[in-house]
Amino acid sequence: MDFVRFEDVSLAYQPGSPFAIEDVSLSIRENEFISLVGPSGCGKSTVMKLVTGLKPPSKGYVYVDGREVGGPQKCVGMAFQASNLLPWRTTLQNVMLPMEIVEPYRSTLRAKRAEYEEQARALIKRVGLAGFEDKFPWELSGGMQQRASICRALIHKPRLLMLDEPFGALDAFTREELWCMVRDLWQEEPFTVVLVTHDLREAVFLADTVYVMSKRPGRILVRREIDLPRPRDLDVTYTEPFAAYVHELREHIGHIRES
Amino acid sequence: MLSQNTLIRLAPWLVVLFFGLLWEGIVVAFDVPAFLFPSVSSVWHSTVMHWDPIMMHATQTFLTTLAGFAIAVVFGLVVGAAVGSSPIIYKAFYPLLVGFNSIPKVAFVPVLVVWFGIGTIPAILTAFLISFFPVVVNVATGLATLEPEMEDVLRSLGASRLDILKKVGLPRAMPYFFASLKVAITLAFVGSVISETVASNLGIGYLMMAASSSMDMALVFAGLIVIGIMGVAMYELFALVERKLTGWAHRNPNGAM
Ligand SMILES: Nc1ncnc2c1ncn2[C@@H]1O[C@H](COP(=O)(O)OP(=O)(O)O)[C@@H](O)[C@H]1O
Ligand SMILES: [Mg+2]
Repeated sequence: MDFVRFEDVSLAYQPGSPFAIEDVSLSIRENEFISLVGPSGCGKSTVMKLVTGLKPPSKGYVYVDGREVGGPQKCVGMAFQASNLLPWRTTLQNVMLPMEIVEPYRSTLRAKRAEYEEQARALIKRVGLAGFEDKFPWELSGGMQQRASICRALIHKPRLLMLDEPFGALDAFTREELWCMVRDLWQEEPFTVVLVTHDLREAVFLADTVYVMSKRPGRILVRREIDLPRPRDLDVTYTEPFAAYVHELREHIGHIRES
Repeated sequence: MLSQNTLIRLAPWLVVLFFGLLWEGIVVAFDVPAFLFPSVSSVWHSTVMHWDPIMMHATQTFLTTLAGFAIAVVFGLVVGAAVGSSPIIYKAFYPLLVGFNSIPKVAFVPVLVVWFGIGTIPAILTAFLISFFPVVVNVATGLATLEPEMEDVLRSLGASRLDILKKVGLPRAMPYFFASLKVAITLAFVGSVISETVASNLGIGYLMMAASSSMDMALVFAGLIVIGIMGVAMYELFALVERKLTGWAHRNPNGAM
């Protein structure tokens, strides 16, 4: 049973304007880790908006968990390239934000605040931010802010995590550290992940399945399953099969550029 | 040697002292007649002599200003929140607000006098009319600068518009709001004094009007200086509140909430 399913989905932002994405069909299993790659402006973020119900499709159908998506989903976790932490809140308060909005936490927050804060502290510790719970965002480095942002996306235990180029602004070393962090979080307590990225190594290292999109209007060009054994260690990125996957995807992107 | 910090703290007083001495020096050196331009010492003399009435009128102006300012803050918050959180309301009301703000508020005083008689009420309303605009603009700007991605994060958690306003919009607008209070309070003084000058028998504005018609320029200047002092004091007060409550906006770890 597919957890997320697109059936010939097209979307034009304004009626009558050209499609941003066209005839996109894909299906994502529960707890599958998929990655969307493609040139800038090809509609990757648009796919995110459709999955989360922030935009209705102009044509076609989007199903999540067996039901057609009719409006914003109620408890998806999202993280973007900018951490979007609220500057007047500490790390802990930022991570607690979904608990103030998502049920059943929202209505029990008063009674169970201590318990929920304990969960938040545990998660903050798991991503390596122990000791920074009471710091404000400007006191954290870019990588740390991104860790906090991912905590905020996961604290309410969503079944669906949407990551839109979350590591795009980080240096190469920090980026790899964060790959491993996401990998560990996902491996321990699986959830469905849609990761948008420009970085083919990132896509191959993390995902079960990589989708390559064409430039505007975005279509799915290639669906590639990554059969590297899990758990994957960073060392895998230096192996022959890994390089072969990256190379193959790279060629597809190359074709887009030329055409 | 004075430390840098002491110097910064003393600088404004030194500037005031400098201009006070310059003023006194020019008046004395050129022997300017007091009914044209009184010296600092004669203004001071007049202030001491008329201390009680000055205080009485100053209190009146102060309370009038505060009342008008308070209405402006409430009104500004509500209208700013409406204008800032809905693009349609923004589009619909902005030209009207800008147009209204371009009208000199002194033009309203005669209308207000017809409606409410002379005295405190027109002064309060003039203070209100002149000072709400910066509050509206700043609150609206603060709300409208919400990042679209943050909105996506919240909406995909199931947040309502009200949730988004409470959790992100209003806190984000707070630095803008407090910045506008500093401007609004000084404008409120302008409004109440204008109205008192034209249509009141109470307040510093009235006192100055009365003094000038009896050629008592020293007292007129005393009134001007009292208004200036009240304005600076209130400005500083709101600057302090701003630093205390919205330190995060200035990335100042000490002033954070
Ligand atoms: N809110 C919007 N209104 C109108 N057009 C948009 C909007 N968001 C994106 N687009 C257009 O849709 C296309 C796909 O955008 P997007 O999904 O953001 O691409 P990507 O994330 O792959 O860079 C782009 O051509 C962009 O100009
Ligand atoms: Mg994008």
